[in-house]
Amino acid sequence: MLKVKGIDVYYGAIHALKNLSLEVEEGSIVTLIGANGAGKTTTLKSISGILRPTSGSILFKGQELVKIAPEKIVALGISQVPEGRRVFQEMSVLENLEMGAYLRSYKKGIQEDMDNVFSRFPRLKERRKQSAGTLSGGEQQMLAIGRALMARPQLLLMDEPSMGLAPLLVVEIFNIIKDINSRGTTILLVEQNANMALSIADQAYVIETGDIVLQGAAKELMQSEEVKKAYLGG
Amino acid sequence: MLEFSQQMINGLSLGAIYALIALGYTMVYGIIKLINFAHGDIMMVGAYVGFFSITLLGTNIVVAMLVAMIFCAALGVIMEKIAYRPLRNSTRIAALITAIGLSLFLEYITVVILGPAQKVFPASAFPVKVYNIAGLSILNKQIFVFVSAVLLMLILQYIIKRTKTGKAMRAVSLDQEAAVLMGISVDRTISITFAIGSALAAAAGVMIGVYYQTINPLMGIIPGLKAFVAAVLGGIGLIPGAMVGGFVMGLLETMVSGYGNSLYRDAVAFGVLIIILLIKPTGLFGKNTGEKV
Repeated sequence: MLKVKGIDVYYGAIHALKNLSLEVEEGSIVTLIGANGAGKTTTLKSISGILRPTSGSILFKGQELVKIAPEKIVALGISQVPEGRRVFQEMSVLENLEMGAYLRSYKKGIQEDMDNVFSRFPRLKERRKQSAGTLSGGEQQMLAIGRALMARPQLLLMDEPSMGLAPLLVVEIFNIIKDINSRGTTILLVEQNANMALSIADQAYVIETGDIVLQGAAKELMQSEEVKKAYLGG
Repeated sequence: MLEFSQQMINGLSLGAIYALIALGYTMVYGIIKLINFAHGDIMMVGAYVGFFSITLLGTNIVVAMLVAMIFCAALGVIMEKIAYRPLRNSTRIAALITAIGLSLFLEYITVVILGPAQKVFPASAFPVKVYNIAGLSILNKQIFVFVSAVLLMLILQYIIKRTKTGKAMRAVSLDQEAAVLMGISVDRTISITFAIGSALAAAAGVMIGVYYQTINPLMGIIPGLKAFVAAVLGGIGLIPGAMVGGFVMGLLETMVSGYGNSLYRDAVAFGVLIIILLIKPTGLFGKNTGEKV
C-alpha cells in the first residue's frame, strides 16, 4: 500500500533521513521504533508532505506523493495523528472533529463517522461543546485519533500516541489502535514504547540516526537480542 | 448627562469604524503573525472606490460600499500573493518592512494617479438628516455607520464561528501544521483572510467618506494606526478584542475631544498604546502565553 523508497530528508545542513526505505502492507499494523531524534517523526512528516525529501520516492497505491501538496495527500486517504496530539486547543471538541472531515462534503457520511467516534470515545461526546484545551491528556489523544478518523483514512499514521499518558491509558490507546486496524484501516505507528508497539504490530522497523537498521516481523524482532538490549530494557 | 449621551453616540459611530479596521489587522496577525501596516491604506482605497462608484457609476451608498468591498478584497488577495507570500518563511521584520513599503506605495500611487488634493464625498449620496430624540441630536449618517458596521461584524462572527471556511481560518491560526494535516490549504485560507479583512476596511473607508465627507490619499494613516492601537488594546489576534478595542478607542477619542481638548485626542490614542504595552502587552482579552515554539 505504501512504499517509501530511499528518501533523503534534510533540516538545513542536518541529514535527518538517509536513504530510508520501508513498506506498509494493506491491512497491517507496521511500527517504526527508535530513540528520540532517530527520524521517526521526520519519516511521518515526509509521508504527509509537510517535509520534502530531496531524493527518493514515496508511493501510495502506486501514486507518487513526493511532489503533491499535503492537502491532496489527505484527500488520497492518509491522515496523521501528530506527535503531541496537536488538537486545536481553542476550538470545541465538535469543531476539532469537523476539521478532521474538512475535505469531505457528504454530510450524512460525516455524521455517521462522528457517531462512530462518539461511540468509541463516549467521554468526547460528553465534552463535545468544551474547548479541546480543557481536556485531559488522554482525552486529547482520543480527540486527535478521532479527528484523524474523521477523514476516513485508508492509512493512518500515528506519531507516539502513548507519549505522556498514564500506563492504564497507554493500554487503552493500544487496544484502540488494534480495534481501528481490525476495522480495515492500515496503520503505521511510530513509538518509543517499543514493547507495546511490537506486541500489536505485524511488521516492525528499527530506525537509528535516520537509517533503518533492523526490520522484520514484529514477533521476531521482539526476540532479537539487539532489540531487547537497546529498546526493551534487557 | 445629555452632553455625555451625545458624546457616547458620536463615539459609538466612530468606534464602529475603528472596530471594522481593527478586525482586519487582528485577523491577519492571527493567521500569519504580521502587522499589515498597509491595512489603513486599503481603507483609503476603499473610500476612493466608493467615491467613484457614486460619482461615476451613479450608484447609491450601499452599492458603493459593496463595490468597494469587492475591489479591496481582490486588492488584499493580490497584495498578499505578490508581497507577503514570498516572504512567508523569512524573518518577521522583512515582512513588516514590506508592509510599510506597501503602505507608502498605495498612498503615493494614489497621489500620482488622482492627485494629492482631497475629494468631497457628494452630499447627494447621503443627504444629512438630524433626528432630535430626547434632546439628543442623532445624524442619520451616524445611524447608518453604526448599523452597517454592526451588521458586518455579525456577518463576520457568523463566518468565523459557523462556516467551514471560518473554522478552517481559526484552525490555521491556532496550529498551521495540524491544519495542513486536516487537508486545509494554508495558502487558500490566508488569501480568504486577507479578502475578508480588506473588505471590512473598504467598508470602513466608505463610512469615513460619509462621516467626514472628504477623502484624501493619506487619510488611511491615522485611522489605520488608531485601529492598530485598538487591535493591540483588545489583544492582537483576537476578534472580539478588536471589536471592543475599536469601540473603546472611538469613545475615548470623542470624550477627549468633547470634554478636554480635541488637539489631545491623537496623543491620548497613542498614549493608550504605550500604557497597554507597559501594563498588559497581551491586551484586555489576551492570555499571558509565551511565544510558542
